[in-house]
Formats: sequence, C-alpha cells, structure tokens
Amino acid sequence: MNPLPEMGAKCEVLFAVNGETKKVLAHPMERLLDVLRNELGLTGTKEGCGEGECGSCAVLLNGMLVNSCLIPVAQASGANIVTIEGMSAHVLMTPLQEAFHECGGAQCGICTPGMILAAVHLLEKKPEPAIADIREGLAGNLCRCTGYMQIFEAVARAARRRVAT
Amino acid sequence: MRADPTEYRLVSPGNLQAVLSLMAGEAAQWLPIAGGTDVMVSYSAGKLPNRKLINIWNIPELRQIEVFPGSIRIGAACTYTALRTHEIISREFPLLATAASWTGGIANQNRGTLGGNIANASPAADSLPALLVYDAELTLISVRGERRLAYRNFHSAYKQTALAADELIRDISLPRRFSEYVSHARKVGARNAQAISKVCLAALGRIANGTIQDVRLALGSVAPIPLRLNEMERALTGKEIEPSMIDTARKSVIKEIRPIDDIRSTARYRAAVAGNLVAEFLEKLAAQRERA
Repeated sequence: MNPLPEMGAKCEVLFAVNGETKKVLAHPMERLLDVLRNELGLTGTKEGCGEGECGSCAVLLNGMLVNSCLIPVAQASGANIVTIEGMSAHVLMTPLQEAFHECGGAQCGICTPGMILAAVHLLEKKPEPAIADIREGLAGNLCRCTGYMQIFEAVARAARRRVAT
Repeated sequence: MRADPTEYRLVSPGNLQAVLSLMAGEAAQWLPIAGGTDVMVSYSAGKLPNRKLINIWNIPELRQIEVFPGSIRIGAACTYTALRTHEIISREFPLLATAASWTGGIANQNRGTLGGNIANASPAADSLPALLVYDAELTLISVRGERRLAYRNFHSAYKQTALAADELIRDISLPRRFSEYVSHARKVGARNAQAISKVCLAALGRIANGTIQDVRLALGSVAPIPLRLNEMERALTGKEIEPSMIDTARKSVIKEIRPIDDIRSTARYRAAVAGNLVAEFLEKLAAQRERA
C-alpha cells in the first residue's frame, strides 16, 4: 500500500478475507464495512447504526472483534479479516446455529451475524462463560426483535454443548 | 449527510518519527486517528472538520505498557482491552481497569485507546477521572522534543487541551503508590455498555486511626472538563468519618461542580447523583475502618 496517498487518490489494499488474499483499490478513508459489502460482495456484514453502537457490522480483524463501520480500509491493510461468511467451517458454528434456532435467538436477522461473531469471540476466550460474561460479551450488539434473553440462552446452550463434546 | 471519502486524505507513515515529521512539516493540521471509535463517528456523520488524517494505529511505540519499580507507562494507543487485561493495571489501578470495562462494548474496547480518550477531551469520558486521582503524567512528543505534563493541567476548557498542533500524546505514566488505597468507581448511565455517563466517579482514600489520611475524588460529566474535587478533598483530609460529615460532603459537592442540562440528563439530577456517589464512597471508606 502507498503509505502517503494524495487527497482523492485511491490506494491498493492487500489483506486476507476469510482465508483468501484480496487486493482492492479503494480510497483510504472508505469504511471497511463498505469495501466488504460493495467491493467483495460479502453482504453478511450488515450496517445498522453506522456509528459503532449496534455491532451489526462486526467482523474479526486479526482475531479481535471490531465494528467495521469504524475502520478506514487503509487501517486494515495487511490484516486477517473474518466475516460471517468465513465462519461456516468454524467448530463453534454448528452449535451456535442450532442453539440460535432452538432458542429463537434470530428473528429479522440483521443483528445475527454480529451476534454470532461476538459469541465466537467470547467463547474462544471463555469456553464456559457465566451469564454475566455472555451479557458483557454481547453488550455491544443491539437487537430490536428478541429482547436478548433468547440470544443469551442460545449462547449458553451452544457453550454447554461445545464443552460436552 | 454521509462523508465522501474522496474529500479526505489518510496517510500511514508507519513509524513515530515519520508521523511527527509530517505533523510538524505543514501548516494545515493533521488529525491523528488510532482506533477510530470517535473520529470515524464524526467522519461518517459528515461532521469531521479535518480533511487530513494521519494513522497512528500501527505505531508500535504507542502500543507498549512498560512496568517500572515506581511507575507504569502506558502507550497512548493502548486499547481498553489492553488495559483491562493487564495484570498490574487490574491489581494496582482498578479504577482504570474498571473504567476501561465500562467504555463501549467489547468491539469498541478492542479499538478505543486511552490516548484517544484523553485527546478527544470529552468531559463525559469514563477513564479520565481515574487518571486524575492516580496523578497521571503525560509525555507529549513532537519533532521539537518531549515534554512531561501533569494530566491535571491538560484540559483547560471544554474540549480545549494543552496539546499543540504538531504534538502527540506518547504515553501516560502512573505512579505505583495507590495499591493500598480503598478505591471506588461508579458510572451512572442509561445502561452499562455503549451508554455515555450521566455522572461517573473515581475515588481513592486511605484511613488510619479513624481519620482520613488522604482522599482523592474526581467526577466526569459534571463540568466542562473532567473534574478533581480539590476543595472537598482538603475539607475531608484529617477528618473522622461519621454520618453528619458524610451528609455535609453530600451537600457540598454542588459547590465545586458545574453540571448542565443536556440530552442525557439534567443539571439537577447530576448534582444530586454526584453528591450521592461521594457519600457512597465515604461510607465504603468508613466500612473499611470498621473491618480494619
């Protein structure tokens, strides 16, 4: 990447997205969220509030949960990014999907990709979370449908199943 | 109105010297951007006046936490997650670790930085009262050199700071002499995560033979800048804690604060809660004496 692009100039950004190396030409201040959705077609990452409050646009960047609406794409240069599309083979995915389904943890679905990624980020650090850990781990993800309890129960259930297997 | 990325410039010099040279070299101001949790919100809303941004997220010197026998030095671009998970900070500076846990949700804690919280200079910032009571000292750096500044002298008025246009906050240094103090951190807001405080308190105290030896009180969201309650501290030092003294303290907090009405709360509510939080801390300190 050109480290000092001029005003209005695009720069080449190289990063790994869901395990594949990607090269995009973008303005450095374009939001990672927009590049993922519009350039790479990864529309599983949703835009909710666009100001870092709701967690719908969450992705994992070098293993850290982040809100992609708050990241200028130039800052993602060289990073390893995982979106919800990249989670299908993850060991936690089946337990989380089943538990969300059984508990009614997803309704309209806009918050669900962010909820799943926040849950994965939590369970990778704490395989047996207390309910307080789940509440804290998902506190940055807003849901206007479920009232949250179903989601907390789904994450707890997925964790129990994962630990049991 | 959504921002147009073609109207902004973002450069990533990649090392501290190159960042400082650029910041010194041009008359027009560069806005440093680290985790982006404040800057990107203004940008996306089309409200960011600065058109030239300089990336400091990828500067290793700003991401270190160094522990010395008498102090701990926190790089300005250390995230809230880094603060929360650091053993010495959790053990010896619980007010800072707790404030870090209040700030945003996990995703924002993974990006938001302590230096950003200081430079953004919001009077509602959760981590700043903790820095006031721990006697934090800042290292400010530019091509002209380094200077050290007591954090209590950093904010001059609402969103006005001692930082020059070509300067960065390099690190925040805290003396390691408060681990034996009773500490109390409280945030009052609409919800725990992602909610800006209506009032927040960071307090430290030490009590011996029934009297207060040292007390340190700071409040957020009750004045144009994060506020240390100097007069209250002087009035309490050397006193014995008893119910009438706690009641007087509760009522006198209003003399030192300048709360306002805004979208999050009212001046009246903030004044009442600020008094209650100070009283709550004094009760905790008194309980410590009874246990001792």
